[in-house]
Amino acid sequence: MKARVHVMLKNGVLDPQGEAVRHALGAMGFGGVNGVRQGKVIELDLAPGTSEAEVTQMCEKLLANTVIESYSVEMV
Amino acid sequence: MKAAVIVFPGSNCDRDLAVAFKAAGADVTMVWHKDSTLPDGIDIVGVPGGFSYGDYLRCGAIAAQSPICQSVKAHAERGGYVLGVCNGFQVLTETGLLPGALLRNAGLKYICKTVGLRVETTKSDFTSQYDLGAVLDIPIAHHDGNYFADQATLAALRDQDRVAFRYADNPNGAQDDIAGILSHNRRVLGMMPHPERAADAGHGGTDGAALFRALAGALVTA
Repeated sequence: MKARVHVMLKNGVLDPQGEAVRHALGAMGFGGVNGVRQGKVIELDLAPGTSEAEVTQMCEKLLANTVIESYSVEMV
Repeated sequence: MKAAVIVFPGSNCDRDLAVAFKAAGADVTMVWHKDSTLPDGIDIVGVPGGFSYGDYLRCGAIAAQSPICQSVKAHAERGGYVLGVCNGFQVLTETGLLPGALLRNAGLKYICKTVGLRVETTKSDFTSQYDLGAVLDIPIAHHDGNYFADQATLAALRDQDRVAFRYADNPNGAQDDIAGILSHNRRVLGMMPHPERAADAGHGGTDGAALFRALAGALVTA
């Protein structure tokens, strides 16, 4: 079984990389991109029986820094 | 003063930090990240600059979970002193010993240059030998030095006089121009600039040396 963890900078936290991507898209002629936020996806290959609650603990303790990031867990 | 300097895989300012402590008269022990305890009688732990664990996941995140960091936390919670420089500051925020986080520089560039650093409080054993408001010449060398904290935390840092240093000319987008902050008990200092790289005439500047001298004066081994 697997879990997919999405980690994003919280709203209100400046994302200079996302901003740079937005500028680049504009410069390439792609209009209408009002904002870009860049995050990361972490895939965990889990032993059978690992609970979503355990994955949430992993997020809280290591995978995300909840001062600046939010996360979501998807069991797949 | 008995100092321990932590060495993580990827630390690259550990020896510089040890040299600066020694120059101020400290007895220095290097401590490997896999050790789970600090040597007996340590007054101050130095968490050095560098790229611990290759900055994987987030700067300082994996180092903060290493065995030795649990001991560093316990040392701080007992009232021990800790100095985190650059990556060391990132590690201290990741352990929760200091509030906030260090984000990617607003200009996205790695910045390596000497900056003006204003002393914002002299009420700490790190900054007691500086003049309030003095502007020091101290090098920075970082990609993720953009200090971030929520508004309530920033207000608390200001109200409690816990901002140790501000940039005279903000190079990285740090909120409130913050370059270094103190813990609640004023014994843990995290800062992005490198005082250990301005601690010897051979460095081209010695404005950082007074930080180590101040510590040595406060932590005279009984």
